Amino acid sequence: MGAGEVSICARVKGQEGALLQVQGLGKRYGARIGCADVSFDLWPGEVLGIVGESGSGKSTLLSCLAGHLRPDAGRVMFRTDQGMRDTVAMAEPERRRLARTDWAFVHQHARDGLRMGVSAGGNVGERLMAVGARNYGAIRGAALDWLQRVEIAADRIDDRPSAFSGGMQQRLQIARNLVTGPRLVFMDEPTGGLDVSVQARLLDLLRGLVREMGLSVIIVTHDLAVVRLLADRLMVMKSGRVVEQGLTDQVLDDPQHGYTQLLVSSVLQV
Amino acid sequence: MSDQAYNFAYLDEQTKRMIRRAILKGIAVPGYQVPFASREMPMPYGWGTGGVQVTAACLVPEDQLKVIDQGADDTTNAVSIRAFFQRVAGVAVTGATAEATLIQTRHRIPEVPLRAGQILVYQVPIPEPLRFLEPRESETRKMHELEEYGLMHVKLYEDIARHGAIATSYAYPVKVEGRYVMDPSPIPKFDNPKLAGCAAIQLFGAGREQRIYALPPFCDVVSLDFEDHPFVASKADHDCDLCGAGDSYLDEVIVDDAGGRMFVCSDTDFCASRHAAGQRGRLAPLTEGGL
Repeated sequence: MGAGEVSICARVKGQEGALLQVQGLGKRYGARIGCADVSFDLWPGEVLGIVGESGSGKSTLLSCLAGHLRPDAGRVMFRTDQGMRDTVAMAEPERRRLARTDWAFVHQHARDGLRMGVSAGGNVGERLMAVGARNYGAIRGAALDWLQRVEIAADRIDDRPSAFSGGMQQRLQIARNLVTGPRLVFMDEPTGGLDVSVQARLLDLLRGLVREMGLSVIIVTHDLAVVRLLADRLMVMKSGRVVEQGLTDQVLDDPQHGYTQLLVSSVLQV
Repeated sequence: MSDQAYNFAYLDEQTKRMIRRAILKGIAVPGYQVPFASREMPMPYGWGTGGVQVTAACLVPEDQLKVIDQGADDTTNAVSIRAFFQRVAGVAVTGATAEATLIQTRHRIPEVPLRAGQILVYQVPIPEPLRFLEPRESETRKMHELEEYGLMHVKLYEDIARHGAIATSYAYPVKVEGRYVMDPSPIPKFDNPKLAGCAAIQLFGAGREQRIYALPPFCDVVSLDFEDHPFVASKADHDCDLCGAGDSYLDEVIVDDAGGRMFVCSDTDFCASRHAAGQRGRLAPLTEGGL
């Protein structure tokens, strides 16, 4: 495991080098371990799933990667225009600029990622305005375009997210995040709290967008079906440590670690 | 009367020094909100405690003080603050904009252009322009620090989406010297262009929120807008019914219960001086002494 796992997508595109390199990342909460000694490479166009039960440190890991939490140890190297940069050590203005241009973060609860008092169009347009768009017509055009891409009717553009269903809110959050064409998307349980048919549509949509835009995605979930559908590669976490990683099908069909075997066999069969 | 128990202009000298330091810092960093230790004043919050403290810190015995409330010299807020300083500072007061050396204002800028040597003090209820978009003070400070002002345009976007035009008509956000986004206090957006290139010093005091900010003379102040929805300094589409002025900000006054109304200058000093110079509007009284 490790070195030989260059994603097929990355090879096809002929991209050189990893988009994100994580080395020895650790975060402690006092004496407790949030996550420890996490290392992996993420390649352009690759979708990495992180699974594990609640409390296994996957959300902590994601927050550290996305710069919401400051890790205690390790490096997070991201490929910028000026080569690989350590996002942990970089100045905050620069990190925040990355967070609203090259990165996107999809929260589990759409409410955390949306401005509930602002219309759908304003929500989608916010990132554009944050990077300097000052033409109302262009912003509105981009918002309309993105609402359609996430299957929200154009006549809902001036409605507030509070008037939307849970699934629509989640799709709106995705549109809001992808409007600036990020290269790396962090997703924290994007399908959590949605019913299964809505989940299926959302996954379909996500899969389409990821392929179409060539996004690199790190997706945290406890739902193995989600990673089976979306992820190229899988990391299994337990008690803050990575216990197994490999290609998704390989890990799910032939789990090696005892905990992964338990996780896979815990899924209810319908 | 125990007025002699007060220091000149009510506040003690150490407090005035503290406020003056904040003012100087504010002038040095135009548009930046400087925290200061706001004092309890003998009036409720919302009545201009911030402006009164700034005025008290700037006042000297030779000053000619003018106080205006929504443009008028003779409404409650203006009368009581003027009386307050007459009593605790004994300074001369005036209604004439050109004669005044220090003008405390609530929600208007006088129509007559200000000159060098004058100080205009604004009363500010909420100094943070991002407040209603981002409730966390820690976050708004970070946004100012990092110049992340995209959110301000989200507000204007919402206006256009909902009303077809930028409907924000007062407290219209401005960008100062290409750096800080500032709330110009609830002045009508008609007054926004007067903020820029003004020869007088403009000081903003928010008592409850404990912030002072400032515009030095001849400051670059730009009202935020979109390329395809530019800023418009709007006013009621009428002339003043008393003095006939076509270029001043107007108040609408309902005069009967049959739909009758009139438009009058909000700046009473401007209107009265035009009237005294013989200018007459549509409904001006024919006899002298009507104003």
